[in-house]
Amino acid sequence: MRLSRRTLLAATAAAAAQPAFRARAQDAGTIRIGVLNDQSGPYRDTGGLTSVICCKQAVSEFAAQGFKVDVIMADHQNKPDVGAGIARQWYDRDGVDMILDVPTSSVGLAVGAVAKEKNKAYINVGAATTDLTGKQCAPCIVHWSYDTYMLAKSTGGATVRSGGTSWYFVTADYVFGHQLQRDATHFVEAAGGKVLGSSAYPFPGTSDFSSFLLQAQASGAKVLGLCNAGADTVNSIKQAKEFGVNMRLAAMLMFITDVNALGLQTAQGLTLTESFYWDLNDRTRAFTNRVRPKTPNNWPNMIHAGCYAATLHFLKAVQALGVAEAKRSGTAIVERMKAMPTNDDCFGKAHIREDGLLIVPSYLFQVKTPAESHGKWDYYKTLSVTPADQAWRPLAEGGCYFVKS
Amino acid sequence: MFAFTRAQAIAFAVMVALILVAPTVLYPVFLMKVLCFALFACAFNLLIGYVGLLSFGHAAFFGMGSYIAAWTAKNWGLSSELAILAGGGVGAILGVVTGWLAIRRQGIYFAMITLALSQMVYFFCVEASFTGGEDGIQQVPRSPLFGVIPMQSDMSLYWLVAVVFLAGFLLIHRIIHSPFGQVLKAIRENEPRATSLGYRTDTYKLVAFVLSAALAGVAGATKSQVFGIATLTDVHWSMSGEVVLMTLLGGIGTVFGPVLGALVFGSLETYLAQFGDWVTVTQGAIFVACVLAFRRGLIGELAGRLGLTL
Repeated sequence: MRLSRRTLLAATAAAAAQPAFRARAQDAGTIRIGVLNDQSGPYRDTGGLTSVICCKQAVSEFAAQGFKVDVIMADHQNKPDVGAGIARQWYDRDGVDMILDVPTSSVGLAVGAVAKEKNKAYINVGAATTDLTGKQCAPCIVHWSYDTYMLAKSTGGATVRSGGTSWYFVTADYVFGHQLQRDATHFVEAAGGKVLGSSAYPFPGTSDFSSFLLQAQASGAKVLGLCNAGADTVNSIKQAKEFGVNMRLAAMLMFITDVNALGLQTAQGLTLTESFYWDLNDRTRAFTNRVRPKTPNNWPNMIHAGCYAATLHFLKAVQALGVAEAKRSGTAIVERMKAMPTNDDCFGKAHIREDGLLIVPSYLFQVKTPAESHGKWDYYKTLSVTPADQAWRPLAEGGCYFVKS
Repeated sequence: MFAFTRAQAIAFAVMVALILVAPTVLYPVFLMKVLCFALFACAFNLLIGYVGLLSFGHAAFFGMGSYIAAWTAKNWGLSSELAILAGGGVGAILGVVTGWLAIRRQGIYFAMITLALSQMVYFFCVEASFTGGEDGIQQVPRSPLFGVIPMQSDMSLYWLVAVVFLAGFLLIHRIIHSPFGQVLKAIRENEPRATSLGYRTDTYKLVAFVLSAALAGVAGATKSQVFGIATLTDVHWSMSGEVVLMTLLGGIGTVFGPVLGALVFGSLETYLAQFGDWVTVTQGAIFVACVLAFRRGLIGELAGRLGLTL
């Protein structure tokens, strides 16, 4: 028994000697940014390490005067409890002043609740949900780059105006898919288009879209709207190509990084919406040339650009506000961010609305054919632009509690 | 009363001491998560370790417990303990239905039936409106204990979680060492012989299944109180896989194994997160190493070497 007791004691000692994850020294002169996203799962290319690189790019370009800036990162593995746990620990113990990116709506909203509770700044770039600036808004939250309303309005409405007047939807049968379809239908009809029909497929787990695609083909509609995301979108595009579906494909949620993964041969002709494209103008090209050497295989999409621009604007606000006040209150920083107009290479001049939404134009792009593409990542041609003041959900419709109507 | 062996009594004292001391060193929210998973793994271990039934559908009980607790706390304003009990109750009801169907088969068929039924629960949660679909139930308030004691601070909630965990742990230990538990072990070793001795083995298995499901529901409900969310992650089949891993890692059929397994698993998930895309690779490598080097699990191996029952 003596042996066992001693061993147990040793085991206890070993357990107690585990790396003690104590609070890092919370240096008063340091602003710490935490990039929290998916780095190992399905969204590793749409966000992932490139988001971290773009954030660091902004930090190095800003060259803060009078305070240090430190960037840390973590992989939330698309689990809300992991994300919320890390966010709590970062805000409480690790002296993180702002959390950035956070794709996947469930994780994005969970981190939003933590930020609100702790009164810390939170800039979401990666999640699509409109609730971040609507029902679950908070005065310390900013939502950058895109949301489902803006995507549906551009892809739905602008496609009709550019000739795609009749639609058929293939929809993932869950809340998110139906919401996309409802929004898109609204904008298609508002623009004078017609919806001829729709098919809902079981989600998740469907990998064979053939019967839905053939129904769509048989409807005689001009446009096939894909109300799904991620791997489902990629699979349905591939299969539409294989079946020779000669409709215009409109993806409701897709990024240039997905187009790159599909290849132009498969993706050509597809329409989609982003708020940033690297080849839009001189400033976007200049930005892309600066970060490209650091991420040669994954060029920036609107999420990456958003991480850059949001970090830059955040640091400007911190500088204007003073570090001590910035560390004290996330709401104070975000109010300052809303008060200052934004100006960066990715999105140009814009502003953040009262409910926390960045107001920029949205672009309807069509993917080029292999013959039209002249270089690496030369993938998009612009079909139409929705001006900033029309691109987003009207302020009064969001239902954000602190917006004065 | 709890029929601890001397080694177990010491180990239990050490565990309680660690639970008391840990929040001064480690982050309380992380510890609460580990305790929730530890209770979940202990509940699972009750079934695999002492009845020999490998359920691959425990995520359904865990996840539904979490949803119900979150929903009742948010919409009905139930106090913490009632929300947690509601979660446990739903776990038990689901356990009755699942168990009643599943215990008629054994081995892989049992695992497949539980997996199939839990997938049905998963798809129900994807579709049902009260779960919030992909977004889950968010911003669940930390409701006061008994309606009066505030639970806003992490430390007060930590003590509640610790008490829930210890109560669940002791209950499981009591079950295992009761005459009822002896029958369960007899069924595990040789079911036909248990039948020939006059035991209605199906009834015993069902009761064990329901107990395990109820405790899994309590664990899920407690977790939803800790994080203020209930999402699809909790009902997804990968959660059923994770609890198998935790139990395997710690040691199947040991009382303390699942607790250590949950601690190791939770630490990997949380503290590897900062290494970006290496998180899954590292997790995988550690599991391979554990399975190769510690076939009986960490606690199982330790107990085996020392000739103890832990």
